[in-house]
Amino acid sequence: MTIAVDTVRDTPFVVGGRTLHSRLMVGTGKYRDNETMARAIEAAGAEVVTVAVRRVDLDRSKETGILHHLDPNRYFLLANTAGCFTADDAVRYARLAREAGFNEFVKLEVIGDQETLLPDVQGLLDAARTLVKDGFKVLAYTNEDLVTALRLEDAGCAAVMPLASPIGSGLGLLNPYGVRTIKRRLTVPVVVDAGVGTASDACVTMEQGVDGILMNTALAAARDPVGMAHAMRLAVEAGRTAYLAGRMPKREVAVPSSPLEGMLD
Amino acid sequence: MNDSIDVMVNGEPRMVARGATLLELLRSLELDPRAVVVEHNRAIVRRPRLGDVTVAAGDAIELVHFVGGG
Repeated sequence: MTIAVDTVRDTPFVVGGRTLHSRLMVGTGKYRDNETMARAIEAAGAEVVTVAVRRVDLDRSKETGILHHLDPNRYFLLANTAGCFTADDAVRYARLAREAGFNEFVKLEVIGDQETLLPDVQGLLDAARTLVKDGFKVLAYTNEDLVTALRLEDAGCAAVMPLASPIGSGLGLLNPYGVRTIKRRLTVPVVVDAGVGTASDACVTMEQGVDGILMNTALAAARDPVGMAHAMRLAVEAGRTAYLAGRMPKREVAVPSSPLEGMLD
Repeated sequence: MNDSIDVMVNGEPRMVARGATLLELLRSLELDPRAVVVEHNRAIVRRPRLGDVTVAAGDAIELVHFVGGG
């Protein structure tokens, strides 16, 4: 069912000069099989799809390559630097990814802590500066710290990607204020990356006014990834539309919805 | 003189024919050059040049591709 909504008009979502048609970006990791992954991506309506760079399995004991299952003409492949703990490693992975020949975009991760996978913001800034200078369009995975986000924007990043909560945790949006503040202060797009667990998390996140969400585990680890992908698509649209429509003010006391006049004696 | 040399491919020791190029190494591993990115001693070697670069003993070669990730 489609309802014509004349009053809610969205602005285009442009990252690094590329206009995107979906505010939901998805990862390709941890699916039980590639067919489920492909169906979930389709149900999510995603355009941007992330991939990782890893060694080829020379023994062919398992086929790990993903490109047989993702049409690069249909999806915009966004390589990540997941697993990198130093700026040098992240730059190395980004350059290898670019050489694969799809585009100059990279989702930059420089991880600082094994247990929480929280970003090393110093390494992140170093790598971002190097990659921007090298012609990359950098989408930087960071925490919800405003000052780091501002520095990443100053460094020339195409988008800043604050987390909702740690990667793969499914804890939802832990710091709405921090994410909202980053969105309010930055000019480049803000895409929340990591931590969304279910549809309500996605909706609340989009209601903060951010430009989009990137998620992976929330779909891959759902009992029904395809069903969850559909739910996430609706939730992202709902949250975005609610943000544009503008919520009512919160009040500490009740305000009746029905007239006080005309009551019986 | 020995006909083969030792190199490291994806972190593992491998024997390759002396004088082999990176393109020949890929062929011997049954890898499609269009499906992998080659790093030779930390420097990326672009596809058209794979046939020009000869492998030397002790070289470190990384062969990577895209896998599922978030």
